Amino acid sequence: MNKPRRFSKPARFIGFENMQTTILYIGRDTEITAVMNRLLNARPEWKGLCVCTDEEAISICKEQHIDLVLLGNGIDPESETELKNKLLAVRPSLKIIQHYGGGSGLLYGEIMSALN
Amino acid sequence: MSQFILHKENTRGHANHGWLDAHHSFSFANYYNPERMHFGVLRVLNDDSIDGGMGFGSHPHDNMEIITIPLAGAIAHKDSMGNSAVIKNGEIQVMSAGTGVSHSEFNANADEQLNLLQIWLFPNKKNITPRYDQQTLDVAARHNNFQQILSPNADDAGVWIHQDAWFSLGKFDEGFETEYKIKKAGNGVYAFVINGEVTINGQVLSKRDGLGVWDTDSISFKANTAGAEVLLMDVPMELN
Repeated sequence: MNKPRRFSKPARFIGFENMQTTILYIGRDTEITAVMNRLLNARPEWKGLCVCTDEEAISICKEQHIDLVLLGNGIDPESETELKNKLLAVRPSLKIIQHYGGGSGLLYGEIMSALN
Repeated sequence: MSQFILHKENTRGHANHGWLDAHHSFSFANYYNPERMHFGVLRVLNDDSIDGGMGFGSHPHDNMEIITIPLAGAIAHKDSMGNSAVIKNGEIQVMSAGTGVSHSEFNANADEQLNLLQIWLFPNKKNITPRYDQQTLDVAARHNNFQQILSPNADDAGVWIHQDAWFSLGKFDEGFETEYKIKKAGNGVYAFVINGEVTINGQVLSKRDGLGVWDTDSISFKANTAGAEVLLMDVPMELN
Protein backbone atom coordinates (compact mmCIF):
# COMPACT_ATOMS: atom_id res chain seq x y z
CA MET A 1 0.00 0.00 0.00
CA ASN A 2 1.38 3.41 -0.94
CA LYS A 3 1.90 5.97 1.75
CA PRO A 4 -1.11 8.33 1.77
CA ARG A 5 -0.24 11.47 -0.12
CA ARG A 6 -2.40 14.33 -1.23
CA PHE A 7 -1.27 16.65 -3.97
CA SER A 8 -2.62 20.16 -3.65
CA LYS A 9 -3.13 22.90 -6.17
CA PRO A 10 -0.50 25.64 -6.48
CA ALA A 11 -1.64 28.82 -4.72
CA ARG A 12 -1.31 31.00 -7.82
CA PHE A 13 -4.48 29.55 -9.31
CA ILE A 14 -6.70 30.30 -6.35
CA GLY A 15 -8.24 33.34 -8.10
CA PHE A 16 -9.80 31.08 -10.73
CA GLU A 17 -11.63 28.90 -8.25
CA ASN A 18 -15.13 30.16 -9.01
CA MET A 19 -14.77 29.22 -12.67
CA GLN A 20 -12.91 26.01 -12.16
CA THR A 21 -13.98 22.45 -12.73
CA THR A 22 -12.86 20.40 -9.76
CA ILE A 23 -11.44 17.02 -10.73
CA LEU A 24 -10.51 14.33 -8.26
CA TYR A 25 -7.93 11.79 -9.48
CA ILE A 26 -7.29 8.55 -7.63
CA GLY A 27 -4.32 6.37 -8.56
CA ARG A 28 -2.03 4.09 -6.57
CA ASP A 29 1.31 5.03 -8.14
CA THR A 30 2.71 8.15 -6.48
CA GLU A 31 4.81 9.16 -9.50
CA ILE A 32 1.89 8.97 -11.92
CA THR A 33 -0.37 10.69 -9.40
CA ALA A 34 2.13 13.55 -9.08
CA VAL A 35 2.22 13.90 -12.87
CA MET A 36 -1.57 13.94 -12.98
CA ASN A 37 -1.60 16.65 -10.34
CA ARG A 38 0.76 18.76 -12.42
CA LEU A 39 -1.19 18.21 -15.63
CA LEU A 40 -4.61 18.91 -14.14
CA ASN A 41 -3.47 22.04 -12.39
CA ALA A 42 -1.62 23.34 -15.44
CA ARG A 43 -4.96 24.44 -16.86
CA PRO A 44 -6.50 27.45 -15.11
CA GLU A 45 -10.02 26.13 -15.78
CA TRP A 46 -9.34 22.93 -13.85
CA LYS A 47 -8.61 22.34 -10.21
CA GLY A 48 -7.01 18.96 -9.68
CA LEU A 49 -7.03 17.05 -6.43
CA CYS A 50 -4.94 13.92 -6.69
CA VAL A 51 -4.72 11.18 -4.09
CA CYS A 52 -3.46 7.63 -3.77
CA THR A 53 -5.91 6.21 -1.23
CA ASP A 54 -9.66 5.63 -1.18
CA GLU A 55 -9.93 7.13 2.30
CA GLU A 56 -8.53 10.45 1.13
CA ALA A 57 -10.78 10.46 -1.91
CA ILE A 58 -13.90 9.87 0.17
CA SER A 59 -12.83 12.49 2.67
CA ILE A 60 -12.36 15.08 -0.11
CA CYS A 61 -15.76 14.21 -1.55
CA LYS A 62 -17.37 14.84 1.80
CA GLU A 63 -15.56 18.16 2.22
CA GLN A 64 -16.11 19.83 -1.14
CA HIS A 65 -17.89 19.83 -4.46
CA ILE A 66 -16.33 17.57 -7.08
CA ASP A 67 -17.32 17.79 -10.75
CA LEU A 68 -15.57 14.70 -11.98
CA VAL A 69 -13.70 11.70 -10.59
CA LEU A 70 -10.95 10.01 -12.61
CA LEU A 71 -10.10 6.46 -11.60
CA GLY A 72 -6.45 5.98 -12.43
CA ASN A 73 -3.79 3.35 -12.23
CA GLY A 74 -3.45 0.36 -9.97
CA ILE A 75 -6.99 0.14 -8.58
CA ASP A 76 -8.06 -3.50 -8.65
CA PRO A 77 -11.61 -4.31 -9.86
CA GLU A 78 -12.95 -5.15 -6.38
CA SER A 79 -11.69 -1.96 -4.76
CA GLU A 80 -12.84 0.01 -7.79
CA THR A 81 -16.43 -1.15 -7.33
CA GLU A 82 -16.25 -0.55 -3.60
CA LEU A 83 -14.74 2.90 -4.10
CA LYS A 84 -17.37 3.88 -6.66
CA ASN A 85 -20.14 2.79 -4.32
CA LYS A 86 -18.66 4.76 -1.43
CA LEU A 87 -18.20 7.88 -3.53
CA LEU A 88 -21.72 7.64 -4.93
CA ALA A 89 -23.07 7.17 -1.42
CA VAL A 90 -21.57 10.55 -0.55
CA ARG A 91 -22.66 12.24 -3.81
CA PRO A 92 -25.13 10.17 -5.87
CA SER A 93 -24.83 12.44 -8.92
CA LEU A 94 -21.04 12.25 -9.03
CA LYS A 95 -19.58 11.60 -12.48
CA ILE A 96 -16.93 8.89 -12.33
CA ILE A 97 -14.85 7.77 -15.33
CA GLN A 98 -11.79 5.67 -16.00
CA HIS A 99 -8.57 7.46 -16.81
CA TYR A 100 -6.30 5.47 -19.09
CA GLY A 101 -2.75 6.23 -20.06
CA GLY A 102 -1.45 8.09 -17.06
CA GLY A 103 -0.26 11.10 -18.99
CA SER A 104 -1.36 14.11 -20.95
CA GLY A 105 -2.32 12.41 -24.20
CA LEU A 106 -5.82 11.33 -23.33
CA LEU A 107 -6.60 13.63 -20.42
CA TYR A 108 -8.18 16.60 -22.17
CA GLY A 109 -10.37 14.48 -24.44
CA GLU A 110 -11.55 12.24 -21.61
CA ILE A 111 -12.45 15.16 -19.39
CA MET A 112 -14.17 17.12 -22.13
CA SER A 113 -16.19 14.06 -23.16
CA ALA A 114 -17.23 13.40 -19.58
CA LEU A 115 -18.20 16.99 -18.86
CA ASN A 116 -20.11 17.42 -22.11
CA MET B 1 -24.36 -4.65 -43.91
CA SER B 2 -20.88 -3.31 -43.21
CA GLN B 3 -20.40 0.18 -41.86
CA PHE B 4 -17.48 2.50 -42.31
CA ILE B 5 -15.95 5.79 -41.24
CA LEU B 6 -13.53 7.72 -43.40
CA HIS B 7 -10.83 9.97 -41.93
CA LYS B 8 -9.13 11.94 -44.68
CA GLU B 9 -5.53 12.93 -44.04
CA ASN B 10 -6.29 16.65 -43.86
CA THR B 11 -9.04 16.21 -41.26
CA ARG B 12 -6.64 14.87 -38.63
CA GLY B 13 -5.66 16.92 -35.62
CA HIS B 14 -2.41 18.77 -36.12
CA ALA B 15 0.10 20.18 -33.65
CA ASN B 16 3.41 21.66 -34.74
CA HIS B 17 5.71 22.21 -31.78
CA GLY B 18 8.74 23.01 -33.92
CA TRP B 19 10.78 19.94 -33.07
CA LEU B 20 7.63 17.79 -33.21
CA ASP B 21 5.12 17.84 -36.03
CA ALA B 22 2.24 15.62 -34.96
CA HIS B 23 -0.92 14.48 -36.73
CA HIS B 24 -3.61 12.83 -34.65
CA SER B 25 -6.22 10.54 -36.20
CA PHE B 26 -8.07 10.55 -32.87
CA SER B 27 -8.41 13.11 -30.08
CA PHE B 28 -5.07 13.52 -28.37
CA ALA B 29 -3.47 16.13 -26.12
CA ASN B 30 -5.00 19.50 -27.05
CA TYR B 31 -6.76 18.13 -30.12
CA TYR B 32 -10.30 17.28 -29.06
CA ASN B 33 -12.98 16.15 -31.47
CA PRO B 34 -15.86 14.29 -29.85
CA GLU B 35 -16.45 12.47 -33.15
CA ARG B 36 -12.87 11.20 -33.11
CA MET B 37 -12.41 9.59 -29.72
CA HIS B 38 -11.63 6.02 -30.74
CA PHE B 39 -12.33 3.19 -33.17
CA GLY B 40 -13.26 0.30 -30.91
CA VAL B 41 -10.30 -0.25 -28.60
CA LEU B 42 -8.03 1.78 -30.90
CA ARG B 43 -7.68 5.03 -29.00
CA VAL B 44 -4.59 6.74 -30.42
CA LEU B 45 -3.02 6.85 -33.86
CA ASN B 46 -0.35 9.52 -33.95
CA ASP B 47 1.82 10.23 -36.97
CA ASP B 48 4.82 12.07 -35.49
CA SER B 49 7.81 13.69 -37.18
CA ILE B 50 10.59 14.44 -34.72
CA ASP B 51 13.68 16.54 -35.40
CA GLY B 52 17.17 15.09 -34.98
CA GLY B 53 18.17 14.49 -31.37
CA MET B 54 14.81 15.67 -30.05
CA GLY B 55 12.09 13.70 -28.31
CA PHE B 56 9.97 13.07 -25.25
CA GLY B 57 11.61 13.06 -21.84
CA SER B 58 10.66 10.52 -19.20
CA HIS B 59 6.89 10.36 -18.70
CA PRO B 60 4.55 7.76 -17.24
CA HIS B 61 1.83 5.56 -18.73
CA ASP B 62 -0.55 3.04 -17.28
CA ASN B 63 -3.15 0.56 -18.53
CA MET B 64 -2.50 1.04 -22.21
CA GLU B 65 -0.99 -1.11 -24.95
CA ILE B 66 1.47 1.17 -26.77
CA ILE B 67 2.80 0.16 -30.17
CA THR B 68 5.44 2.15 -32.02
CA ILE B 69 6.26 1.64 -35.68
CA PRO B 70 9.13 3.75 -37.07
CA LEU B 71 8.49 4.69 -40.70
CA ALA B 72 11.79 6.55 -41.17
CA GLY B 73 14.78 6.95 -38.88
CA ALA B 74 15.29 5.42 -35.45
CA ILE B 75 14.02 5.90 -31.87
CA ALA B 76 16.12 5.66 -28.73
CA HIS B 77 13.93 4.20 -25.98
CA LYS B 78 14.61 3.93 -22.25
CA ASP B 79 12.14 2.82 -19.59
CA SER B 80 11.73 2.20 -15.88
CA MET B 81 11.84 -1.58 -16.46
CA GLY B 82 15.51 -1.22 -17.41
CA ASN B 83 15.09 -1.50 -21.16
CA SER B 84 17.30 0.64 -23.34
CA ALA B 85 17.01 0.11 -27.07
CA VAL B 86 17.04 1.67 -30.50
CA ILE B 87 14.13 0.80 -32.77
CA LYS B 88 14.46 1.57 -36.46
CA ASN B 89 12.41 1.37 -39.61
CA GLY B 90 11.56 -2.29 -40.25
CA GLU B 91 11.06 -2.99 -36.55
CA ILE B 92 8.13 -2.77 -34.14
CA GLN B 93 8.06 -1.98 -30.45
CA VAL B 94 5.36 -2.80 -27.93
CA MET B 95 4.95 -1.69 -24.34
CA SER B 96 2.18 -2.90 -22.07
CA ALA B 97 1.97 -0.13 -19.50
CA GLY B 98 -0.20 -2.06 -17.03
CA THR B 99 0.27 -0.88 -13.45
CA GLY B 100 2.60 1.88 -14.61
CA VAL B 101 5.82 2.48 -16.48
CA SER B 102 7.90 5.54 -17.30
CA HIS B 103 9.80 5.89 -20.53
CA SER B 104 11.59 8.35 -22.75
CA GLU B 105 11.67 8.39 -26.53
CA PHE B 106 14.15 10.38 -28.61
CA ASN B 107 15.22 10.57 -32.20
CA ALA B 108 18.35 8.42 -32.08
CA ASN B 109 20.01 10.38 -34.88
CA ALA B 110 21.08 13.99 -34.65
CA ASP B 111 20.97 14.65 -38.38
CA GLU B 112 18.00 12.63 -39.58
CA GLN B 113 14.26 13.17 -39.25
CA LEU B 114 12.32 10.48 -37.39
CA ASN B 115 8.81 9.60 -38.53
CA LEU B 116 6.86 7.12 -36.46
CA LEU B 117 3.38 5.85 -35.87
CA GLN B 118 2.42 5.57 -32.23
CA ILE B 119 -0.69 3.55 -31.57
CA TRP B 120 -2.46 3.08 -28.24
CA LEU B 121 -5.03 0.38 -27.60
CA PHE B 122 -7.13 -0.08 -24.49
CA PRO B 123 -6.02 -3.36 -22.86
CA ASN B 124 -8.37 -6.30 -22.28
CA LYS B 125 -7.14 -6.52 -18.70
CA LYS B 126 -6.19 -3.71 -16.32
CA ASN B 127 -3.23 -3.53 -13.96
CA ILE B 128 -1.14 -6.24 -15.56
CA THR B 129 2.62 -6.37 -14.97
CA PRO B 130 4.30 -3.97 -17.40
CA ARG B 131 6.22 -5.56 -20.25
CA TYR B 132 8.35 -4.48 -23.20
CA ASP B 133 9.24 -6.12 -26.46
CA GLN B 134 10.58 -5.23 -29.88
CA GLN B 135 11.00 -7.26 -33.00
CA THR B 136 12.73 -7.00 -36.36
CA LEU B 137 10.28 -7.70 -39.16
CA ASP B 138 10.99 -9.47 -42.43
CA VAL B 139 10.16 -6.54 -44.69
CA ALA B 140 10.30 -8.70 -47.83
CA ALA B 141 7.45 -10.83 -46.50
CA ARG B 142 4.98 -7.99 -46.84
CA HIS B 143 5.35 -7.67 -50.61
CA ASN B 144 1.83 -8.19 -51.99
CA ASN B 145 0.87 -9.66 -48.63
CA PHE B 146 -0.63 -8.47 -45.38
CA GLN B 147 2.17 -9.50 -43.05
CA GLN B 148 0.99 -10.02 -39.47
CA ILE B 149 3.10 -7.90 -37.12
CA LEU B 150 1.05 -8.08 -33.92
CA SER B 151 -1.44 -10.45 -32.33
CA PRO B 152 -2.81 -11.48 -28.91
CA ASN B 153 -0.73 -14.66 -28.94
CA ALA B 154 2.85 -14.97 -27.74
CA ASP B 155 3.53 -17.87 -30.13
CA ASP B 156 2.08 -16.17 -33.21
CA ALA B 157 3.82 -13.95 -35.79
CA GLY B 158 4.91 -10.50 -34.66
CA VAL B 159 4.77 -8.99 -31.19
CA TRP B 160 1.90 -9.74 -28.83
CA ILE B 161 -0.30 -7.55 -26.66
CA HIS B 162 -3.03 -7.80 -24.03
CA GLN B 163 -5.87 -7.33 -26.48
CA ASP B 164 -7.68 -9.37 -29.14
CA ALA B 165 -6.09 -7.31 -31.88
CA TRP B 166 -4.08 -8.16 -34.99
CA PHE B 167 -1.99 -5.69 -36.99
CA SER B 168 -0.76 -6.32 -40.52
CA LEU B 169 1.50 -4.36 -42.84
CA GLY B 170 1.57 -4.72 -46.61
CA LYS B 171 3.39 -3.15 -49.55
CA PHE B 172 1.82 -3.75 -52.91
CA ASP B 173 2.36 -3.60 -56.65
CA GLU B 174 0.00 -1.44 -58.66
CA GLY B 175 -3.22 -3.28 -59.44
CA PHE B 176 -2.71 -5.99 -56.79
CA GLU B 177 -6.04 -7.08 -55.32
CA THR B 178 -6.83 -9.20 -52.32
CA GLU B 179 -9.29 -9.72 -49.50
CA TYR B 180 -8.51 -9.41 -45.82
CA LYS B 181 -10.50 -11.63 -43.47
CA ILE B 182 -11.18 -10.21 -40.04
CA LYS B 183 -9.58 -12.40 -37.38
CA LYS B 184 -12.30 -12.40 -34.77
CA ALA B 185 -16.07 -11.98 -34.91
CA GLY B 186 -17.03 -8.55 -33.63
CA ASN B 187 -13.75 -6.95 -34.60
CA GLY B 188 -13.49 -4.09 -37.06
CA VAL B 189 -10.55 -3.01 -39.20
CA TYR B 190 -8.98 0.43 -39.25
CA ALA B 191 -6.84 0.82 -42.39
CA PHE B 192 -4.18 3.52 -42.47
CA VAL B 193 -2.44 4.31 -45.72
CA ILE B 194 1.26 4.89 -45.16
CA ASN B 195 2.11 5.54 -48.81
CA GLY B 196 0.39 5.57 -52.17
CA GLU B 197 -3.25 5.16 -53.08
CA VAL B 198 -5.51 2.18 -52.46
CA THR B 199 -9.17 1.26 -52.68
CA ILE B 200 -10.77 -0.50 -49.72
CA ASN B 201 -14.41 -1.55 -49.91
CA GLY B 202 -14.89 0.91 -52.77
CA GLN B 203 -13.37 3.87 -50.90
CA VAL B 204 -10.35 5.46 -52.55
CA LEU B 205 -7.73 6.28 -49.93
CA SER B 206 -4.62 8.41 -50.31
CA LYS B 207 -1.46 8.73 -48.21
CA ARG B 208 -2.25 9.01 -44.48
CA ASP B 209 -6.02 8.59 -44.94
CA GLY B 210 -7.75 6.24 -42.51
CA LEU B 211 -10.80 4.04 -43.03
CA GLY B 212 -12.58 2.14 -40.28
CA VAL B 213 -14.85 -0.74 -41.33
CA TRP B 214 -17.00 -2.87 -39.04
CA ASP B 215 -20.05 -5.18 -39.03
CA THR B 216 -18.38 -7.34 -41.64
CA ASP B 217 -16.11 -10.36 -41.75
CA SER B 218 -13.79 -9.19 -44.54
CA ILE B 219 -12.69 -6.20 -46.57
CA SER B 220 -11.73 -5.92 -50.22
CA PHE B 221 -8.42 -4.30 -51.10
CA LYS B 222 -6.80 -2.97 -54.27
CA ALA B 223 -3.51 -1.09 -54.67
CA ASN B 224 -3.93 1.79 -57.12
CA THR B 225 -0.29 2.86 -57.18
CA ALA B 226 3.01 1.00 -57.17
CA GLY B 227 4.51 0.66 -53.70
CA ALA B 228 1.28 1.43 -51.85
CA GLU B 229 1.76 0.65 -48.16
CA VAL B 230 -1.04 0.01 -45.70
CA LEU B 231 -1.33 -0.80 -42.01
CA LEU B 232 -4.42 -2.77 -41.02
CA MET B 233 -5.50 -2.72 -37.37
CA ASP B 234 -8.02 -5.48 -36.65
CA VAL B 235 -9.47 -4.56 -33.25
CA PRO B 236 -12.44 -5.32 -30.98
CA MET B 237 -15.21 -2.79 -31.44
CA GLU B 238 -16.35 -3.11 -27.83
CA LEU B 239 -14.26 -2.13 -24.83
CA ASN B 240 -13.55 -5.19 -22.68
